Amino acid sequence: MTDATVANGRVESVSAALAGSGGAGVMTAGNMLLEAAAQAGYFGLMTRTSGPQIRGGEAAAMLRVSTFASDSQDDRFHVLAAIDWQNVNRFASEIPLGEASLLIGDPAQGEPPEAFLKSGARYVPLPLKALAKQVSGGWPNMVALGVLGAVMGLPEEALERAVRKSMKKGGEALAAGLAAVKLGMAEAAKLERSFPLALPRAGAGRWLISGNEAAGLGALRGGVRFVAAYPITPATELLEWLSPALTKVGGTLVQAEDELASINMILGASYGGVPALTATSGPGLALMIEALGLGVAAELPIVVVDVMRTGPSTGIATKTEQADLNIAMYGLHGDAPHIVVAPNSVADCLAATQWAAGLAESLQVPAIVLSDQYFGQARAIIDRPPGAPASGKRLLAQPNAPAYKRYALTESGVSPMALPGTPGVTYTADGLEHNERGTPSSQASDHLAQMEKRARKLESLDCGEDWATLEGEGDVAVLTWGSCTAPVREAFARARAEGIQARLVSLRLLSPAQPARLAKALEGVKRVLVVEQSFSGQFQRYLKAEYDLPGEVHSLRRPGPLPIRPDEIHRTLKSWSRP
Amino acid sequence: MNAPAIAPALTAQDFKSDYKPVWCPGCGDYTVLASITRALAALQLRPEKVAVVSGIGCSSRIPAYTTCYGFHGVHGRALAAATGLKVARPDLTVLVAGGDGDGYSIGGNHFLHACRRNIDLTDIVMDNHVYGMTKGQPSPTTEPDWKSKLSPAGTGLREFHPLVIALAAGANFIARAFSGDPSGTAAVIGEAIRHPGFSFVEVLSPCVTFRPEQRAWKEAVHPASVAATDDPARAARRLMTDDGFNTGVLYKGTRPAYSAAAGKTTLHPADLEKDFAL
Ligand SMILES: Cc1ncc(C[n+]2csc(CCOP(=O)(O)OP(=O)(O)O)c2C)c(N)n1
Ligand code: SF4
Repeated sequence: MTDATVANGRVESVSAALAGSGGAGVMTAGNMLLEAAAQAGYFGLMTRTSGPQIRGGEAAAMLRVSTFASDSQDDRFHVLAAIDWQNVNRFASEIPLGEASLLIGDPAQGEPPEAFLKSGARYVPLPLKALAKQVSGGWPNMVALGVLGAVMGLPEEALERAVRKSMKKGGEALAAGLAAVKLGMAEAAKLERSFPLALPRAGAGRWLISGNEAAGLGALRGGVRFVAAYPITPATELLEWLSPALTKVGGTLVQAEDELASINMILGASYGGVPALTATSGPGLALMIEALGLGVAAELPIVVVDVMRTGPSTGIATKTEQADLNIAMYGLHGDAPHIVVAPNSVADCLAATQWAAGLAESLQVPAIVLSDQYFGQARAIIDRPPGAPASGKRLLAQPNAPAYKRYALTESGVSPMALPGTPGVTYTADGLEHNERGTPSSQASDHLAQMEKRARKLESLDCGEDWATLEGEGDVAVLTWGSCTAPVREAFARARAEGIQARLVSLRLLSPAQPARLAKALEGVKRVLVVEQSFSGQFQRYLKAEYDLPGEVHSLRRPGPLPIRPDEIHRTLKSWSRP
Repeated sequence: MNAPAIAPALTAQDFKSDYKPVWCPGCGDYTVLASITRALAALQLRPEKVAVVSGIGCSSRIPAYTTCYGFHGVHGRALAAATGLKVARPDLTVLVAGGDGDGYSIGGNHFLHACRRNIDLTDIVMDNHVYGMTKGQPSPTTEPDWKSKLSPAGTGLREFHPLVIALAAGANFIARAFSGDPSGTAAVIGEAIRHPGFSFVEVLSPCVTFRPEQRAWKEAVHPASVAATDDPARAARRLMTDDGFNTGVLYKGTRPAYSAAAGKTTLHPADLEKDFAL
């Protein structure tokens, strides 16, 4: 919530959180609220946070519903409703409130924690449990759904449709759900504070999708038909979505015994000619590094989606951070040119993964996609992504090609690959340094020639406009990537409303770096702000290593899981605009 | 009109590449190579229809010495790469070849799971009870009192029994061969390739450089006195009590080979988009 978003008593965006202990059904109600927002024609984003318990711990659904598309969280929440307060205080830093906020809790569950009260938010006790009891089979979370829906001004039909869609079995449960929602809406009408949304913008063909699902669909669009899987939070849902989906499109998924196996399995499948992918998070990526190098040396296209979580080590498995950049860029031993792509929105998880798969295939090289928990597990209402442009194709050797050399030194560096089954061109794919035929060689000249060949492939990559998202103008630039992009964009919108201009550069192609393109994008820039979610400033170090940045360079960063909120960026831009 | 060309029958020589192996003279792996090429010729497979997948080690150099498709990957991960390849390309005959360090130590977990998964692969482990390529360190199958620079007093550890482990983990075919008997080894490998599911062939293959005493293996080996059983309990008893030198096919199971849930319907990815449409 920001002051700027309120106009004529109607807001362009509402942030609402629903919290409670295990079994309270906050995720169920949160998902219905998001669905209702979608039904009403709004954009929206739902992220989740939870305690350490495997099942049944405290959890919060954090929603933002808006008239515009945004993957950013707002500065503060307009409303927090809690079914109960057990351990919910642990989420205080993730659910910031302000004086204008509304704090709703069941007095039967005790007072709200001080951590929330001290924000100055208006506390409104609402007997959710007692209200639910008025309906036979009613649940407090459904009452809360009605309250929150009404607080943000969602029409009753939208809520009703969402409830019906989710409770497909119908019957008494549905009737009770609908009645409880109605009760909640009636209670909300008595509140002296509400945040009714402005009318939605018309739009057809929207999707409701998570970043993990989007990446999975992008993989399939990019031609991936073999996936090896080892479960890890927060990448598991990507693999779980792919499992039945692959079967439908004629592909296969194998559950591996560990990540060492999954990465080598996809190398084997790719060697056999089938575009292949795995998804993991930091700990798994660390295990895959040796074999990624094999992919580089043996020139086997593969895609690894790293849904980043808080590190180092096991870190905070369920929460987000942007600190696998170093390992993705520089973790491989030897000089091992490979591709690193980063989606910069939930929707872009689709396009970026598809792009990575195509690049991997056409350049015969491993590609890492750096998504994160924020994108991966967020569910967002997005405009239908554009249709699939053609993906990259692998250059194949023809049967009985004369004097076939698998690692021939071509101008582009890409040489035709023979697929098993093709007669007259058999060869051995090798991680040992080799000559053009693929015969292991320890000669300096072969090492240099093959090194140059592998480097040339990435130099030949023509990324067009896709290397970054560029917006705005002016002599101040904000450089960012991944899930920090949306808050920057939102800060820009606020600054623009005050007549402050700035340039947004959100890098999507991290490797190979595009220094000439960035230099052009930053022409005339006098000040640069680097925004990232890493304690040590991995992105800033990367920029310093790979690019020449103009003027003064400042850093706005913090480790995960707390997001960088638009207000922080906006304040910096504002302070820079009056020197 | 020309008569359709009939491909001439292939000989073992047709499966041998012109690369000169890096192996020491007298290394057991030479004859394992010869046995593999013989077995492939005997089965009349086409070199382009066969893939030989390996990890790292002296023995793991074998793929490039054949005219088949080869995959020389990283240390210990051959079975994983072969699994991906075979699932993606069930039309290929996929052999996995390497050493005891590669297969049982760094790759030990993949060995267990390859046995369990029972994909139609043939895993040939050239067991010399030593790490040859890194110049003589003990492997999981090294005798506890064998002394080396890295373990001057011996490891003091009991040897790993790969055949028993393979059986317990679910391998569908278990055999032992001796590189000094190329025709016997070729016969066993041929049978392993034909048997459905995961076939495990342990080949005693002396490292003449770091374990010269293994030259005496030729006196120790003897063919198994009874035919292969398909009864895991009986096989377990036999393998547990075996002296480590009886050769031949020891177990032939009847588990159906793994078949991936490959897509039967062939929708287009765009057909999946309706799941997300509001
Ligand atoms: C990850 C990794 N660790 C260690 C090595 C070094 N290394 C190469 S071969 C080898 C062992 C080879 O022994 P074995 O598999 O028994 O094969 P042999 O050489 O005896 O045929 C080791 C440890 C390596 N290449 N990679
Ligand atoms: S070191 Fe041993 S295993 Fe390696 S090639 Fe020489 S004899 Fe063979």
